[in-house]
Amino acid sequence: MIDAERIRKDFPIFQAHPRMVYLDSAATSQRPAAVIDAVSNFYRKYNANVARGLYKIAEEATLGYENVRKKTQMFIKARSDAEIIFTKNSTEGANLVMRGWGAKFIRKGDKIVTTLMEHHSDFVPWQQLAKMSGAKFEVVGLDDDGALDQDDLGRKLKGAKLFAFSSASNVLGIRYDAKALCALAREAGALSVVDGAQSVPSMPTDVKAMGCDFLFFSGHKMLAPFGSGVLYGREELLEKMDPFLYGSSMIRMVTKERTQWNDVPHKFEAGTPIVDAVVGLGAAIDYLEGLGMGEVQKHEEMLIAYMLKRLGEVRGLDIIGPQSASARTGLVAFSLEGVHPHDVSAMLAEDDICVRSGHHCAMPLHGHLGIPASTRASVYIYNRKEDIDALAASLQKVRKVFG
Amino acid sequence: MATDDVYQEFIIELYKNPLNFGKIDNADYRAEIYNATCGDMIEIYLKVQGGAVIEAKFMGKGCAISQASASLFMGYLKGKTLDDIRKIRKEEALALLKIDLSKNPTRMKCALLPLDALRKALKS
Repeated sequence: MIDAERIRKDFPIFQAHPRMVYLDSAATSQRPAAVIDAVSNFYRKYNANVARGLYKIAEEATLGYENVRKKTQMFIKARSDAEIIFTKNSTEGANLVMRGWGAKFIRKGDKIVTTLMEHHSDFVPWQQLAKMSGAKFEVVGLDDDGALDQDDLGRKLKGAKLFAFSSASNVLGIRYDAKALCALAREAGALSVVDGAQSVPSMPTDVKAMGCDFLFFSGHKMLAPFGSGVLYGREELLEKMDPFLYGSSMIRMVTKERTQWNDVPHKFEAGTPIVDAVVGLGAAIDYLEGLGMGEVQKHEEMLIAYMLKRLGEVRGLDIIGPQSASARTGLVAFSLEGVHPHDVSAMLAEDDICVRSGHHCAMPLHGHLGIPASTRASVYIYNRKEDIDALAASLQKVRKVFG
Repeated sequence: MATDDVYQEFIIELYKNPLNFGKIDNADYRAEIYNATCGDMIEIYLKVQGGAVIEAKFMGKGCAISQASASLFMGYLKGKTLDDIRKIRKEEALALLKIDLSKNPTRMKCALLPLDALRKALKS
């Protein structure tokens, strides 16, 4: 069982702001000292460029960087560390698939499918790929409780080449059955691209069991530094793809006339990588595995069940997505009748409560819900029930002020 | 026992006077490969008869490690069946050098260049 009180001691930011209630981990998580120290230690003890120098600290830096690739492989249970590409964030992962695979294999008249609940990072790249290639762009709708409309999904997947979806929605809070969706894509002959930005930090991930072709996620939502992202791709697909960015490190040989690409995954890591962030990602994975991802998931479910209960007590508060915690990841978006989300979050901020308001980078979904914006509270390993009590009390104050 | 002292006498010797160096005309398998880190290149040639390697040679320029590794690796391939050489693992290729490169990932690439070349040749 996760002991949030003990965990909080590992996070310097909670010592700097002892009264702060941080409920915005779906935007970015806080970082434990172990991650901050790993980055600092890198610069203090073995800062050097990677995959180049032969001196001691250069080899240490290369080894440190490549060991995190292996660690990441094991964390998501990939077959080989060649299937792990370091990116800057989830968005870059999506763009890498779009440029490297999409631009090469998607032709005019092909069909690309995504869903209405996507974050823009898993929506705009496919919409634009369709525009570039002349492919059809289909968006699977949702039913009233936020689940994917199964009839629409079946219809639209027929003959599709690529199906991109989030394994958990950053607004509805729903965890989708990624394994079943990947199987449907496979039956339809489409590649599956999974946006794991919300699910990978919150639950165990097994890409082999999921059966996805690609999965991308961001380190910064799982304790790691900004600039540490991961794209997983099946090796045989990566082999066939074109590079995304061109330049140094991604080459094996260059002449005046032509260039030979480096091996997978280095073919996709052009230029000097964000070595410190990757080193920090390694420390973040160690920290999370020390807790156990199954425990992380249980802790979030416990907190979300409590949040649903407490938010339900606020008059005129409308919860977006399912009312049950079991299908949910660690976030709840809601609207408060008669109060704009920006006013909600600004008033909460006066009580030192950190939540996010806006469209959460999911404008098509908000359009579907018929609201321009919502307020979102999200939890992680360091949150306690008392954080949710503070949120509920502060929302009651907002209710009182706005009537 | 593997040592981490890279520049041992036998490695320098193989660098100056590589074994199994040269070209095989009418080779059955051939590949050239570049080291992405330093631009070194080696080219390997295999002659196969009855499903087994009867001759293996390499050419090209490289550092002491890649030259010594290629010298020993070509010798190691001789007499092995195609099935055997398809299964050669990194650890096997590294063991020929009897030096510990586990803390030197960049140097390890030099040592593994002949194996990379072999895999490329078998694919072609």
